[in-house]
Amino acid sequence: MTALSLKNLDISYGDVQITHDVNLDIADGESFALVGESGSGKSTVLKAIAGLAPEWTGEITVLGWPRGHGIDRAFSRQCQMVFQDPYGSLHPRKTVDATLGEALTIHGIGDRNARIEEVMTSVGLDRKFRFRFPHQLSGGQRQRVAIARALMLKPKVLLLDEPTSALDVSVQAEILNLLKRLRREQNLTFLMVTHNLAVVSFLCDRLAVMRQGRIVEVGDVADLKRGDLKDPYSRELMQISAAHAN
Amino acid sequence: MSNLLEVENLRVTFPTPRGDLEVVRGISFTLGRERLGIVGESGSGKSMTGRSILQLIRAPGRVTADKLVFDGVDLLKQSERQMRAIRGARISMVMQDPKFSLNPVMTIGEQIAEALLTHQKLPRREVNARVLTMLESVRIADPERVAKLYPHEVSGGMGQRVMIAMMLIPEPDLLIADEPTSALDVSVQAQVLDIIDELVKRKGMGLIFISHDLNLVSSYCDRILVMNTGEVVEECKAGELMAAKHPYTRGLIASIPRLDETRDELPVLDRSAWAKA
Amino acid sequence: MTTFRDWLIDDSPASPMQARLGRFYRIFGALMRNPLAVVGAVIILVLVLTALFAPWLATHDPLRQSLGERLLPPSVAHWMGTDELGRDIWSRVVYGSRITLAIVTLVAVLAAPAGLVIGVAAGYFGGWVDRILMGITDIFLSLPKLILALAFVAALGPGIENAIIAIAITSWPGYARVARAETLTFKNSEFISAVRLLGASSLRVNLGHVLPLCTSSMIVRVTLDMAGIILTAAGLGFIGLGAQPPLPEWGAMISRGRSFILDQWWVATMPGFAIILVSLGFCFLGDGLRDVLDPKSGEQR
Repeated sequence: MTALSLKNLDISYGDVQITHDVNLDIADGESFALVGESGSGKSTVLKAIAGLAPEWTGEITVLGWPRGHGIDRAFSRQCQMVFQDPYGSLHPRKTVDATLGEALTIHGIGDRNARIEEVMTSVGLDRKFRFRFPHQLSGGQRQRVAIARALMLKPKVLLLDEPTSALDVSVQAEILNLLKRLRREQNLTFLMVTHNLAVVSFLCDRLAVMRQGRIVEVGDVADLKRGDLKDPYSRELMQISAAHAN
Repeated sequence: MSNLLEVENLRVTFPTPRGDLEVVRGISFTLGRERLGIVGESGSGKSMTGRSILQLIRAPGRVTADKLVFDGVDLLKQSERQMRAIRGARISMVMQDPKFSLNPVMTIGEQIAEALLTHQKLPRREVNARVLTMLESVRIADPERVAKLYPHEVSGGMGQRVMIAMMLIPEPDLLIADEPTSALDVSVQAQVLDIIDELVKRKGMGLIFISHDLNLVSSYCDRILVMNTGEVVEECKAGELMAAKHPYTRGLIASIPRLDETRDELPVLDRSAWAKA
Repeated sequence: MTTFRDWLIDDSPASPMQARLGRFYRIFGALMRNPLAVVGAVIILVLVLTALFAPWLATHDPLRQSLGERLLPPSVAHWMGTDELGRDIWSRVVYGSRITLAIVTLVAVLAAPAGLVIGVAAGYFGGWVDRILMGITDIFLSLPKLILALAFVAALGPGIENAIIAIAITSWPGYARVARAETLTFKNSEFISAVRLLGASSLRVNLGHVLPLCTSSMIVRVTLDMAGIILTAAGLGFIGLGAQPPLPEWGAMISRGRSFILDQWWVATMPGFAIILVSLGFCFLGDGLRDVLDPKSGEQR
């Protein structure tokens, strides 16, 4: 079964068309990476799926259901997003408890205490953080809160927008391990946007390379590990990454 | 080789309501006309080290050192006016994001010319020629056109090259680059670093390259200092980084995912082993 | 009391209440480190206490006329002297604090929420909602405040209630502008996107997430505006369109004292001092609050 399918997706901001004819099929339980440099339109694709970039034509199907242009509650239970900047993605005046509890209130889910504690445990946040404000947390802890918030509604699909690029490498390792474990435990489907091919190699099964709003290649991460991508641009990205990592 | 910069027991302290906080705790190093990398995670004190050399730590922060000597000049004894003459002319600094470092209402050519004229008096024609040569040397293909542009009209990579041109045109002896490429795409990153590298070599400057990226630093520097919580935990030649001894450095290296990753789980730093609370 | 303080600054609060109180305690602590803010806070506190305990503080009935004691200079019996009808000025100034406090409180309660809601709605929804709401706001902003208030009072009839309504009507547009600007900076932030993705309605996003972020700048703005509100009210009182005699409103008192300003200076000066002092108090407190509450500084404490 496909968890996520994009057909002929053209996304625009006003008069500017950002992506051209994007087609993707992501299987249930798969971890898929969307790779490219800034301006390639990779984040825009994620926003369109989430409903934050409503100007698009084509088809977006999530878990078999065609997606409308706005955000509706049924959709929000299936698909959630984790943002890049752990400093900007948490409300500065709300405690961890309030941030996590919001989802339950919106969807009228009871059992608040137990649900919050359960999610905090699963993302590795100690109970003592529950009533702290974001400014009392480190970057890694904030990102754990952001992941916990996305998991509150037990979605099947998680959209990850450069979830570790703003973190220190040692913290990045913790978050990557966490994401990998969560995916295994909760059978999640990941669609991750990143520019870091090494992260893709660690976390993903397949990847698509984007350039100037088009997908230039869809390949297996096994190919990436062997250095076997075919498109010249993908190879260029791969070489830069390899040189960079000695 | 004579030392360009000598630092001994450098400390940077900030007072907080809960007592003084030492962000740099007594580090020492010397720098010749070479490329020195300072690596560390956020909060390691690496940027504060760079800023304290230029005396750019704002009050209430305090800088103390047994020795902070640049080419025979004791930087701690300089007045603010004397420091201004040293900054730019003899020691330059490239910062992370060109968007915040360039003046949005001046053209690029004017800004570079100003950087030169602050420290030297030159006839107009010569200034223009120098600006264009400088832009060319940071590999801007069409310097005459670019000199007339405003900062918002150029890309991030080009903005950062302009910054470098601005910092290097007075021909300083020491360049401090604080995360000069972190805001850029990887492909542009390599270009910008190559330019810095080439200019540093050609002009025989000293370079302090501050970054969080171990791999990047090891491929562009001669020597590396690894910092953690305000202290230097490891000092080694760039080529020998992979044979680092300190558990922190080793932990950092291990936690970076690789392109041909085969590990199922990345090793995580056990900070409790050496970090103070 | 150290244990209570420890509980307040605990890094790991055990309940939302403790977290919130801890936050207020830290803000309060930061405010108390700013000397001018402390001065302002003390002045406002004195104003509030004076208004509360007016009957005990006043030495005379503020309305009782005693024509035998007209225009007496300050003395032990009449600390600030008496006015042209022999009323004790000290007592009138003390009772006047009640009117001043009522005016600023009511204006704040009426105008700030109205401006906040209008501004947030305009900023969040954008498009034609924004254009219409901001168009109305701009019309109000383009007219001088006092003139507009004058027009309203003229239409509604003189009196303290109408003066309050008129001042409230003239002060909401400023708040709407501030709230709109704040909303624009927050509405595309990732934490707002995240709540929208959870399925929150626009109403919920605005009331629960955008509004609380605007309130701190609103509190600052309102506090700083208090001085202007007091002056406008006094101005209306001065030209006889605000509080009506025999109410001891400070502006009206100055107005009455104007005729004697050269020979009996205290009649106009004493309420004048009161106005200056209270306005200054609000300004100092507002400046201090701005330093402490600025959302952009991120409460790095």
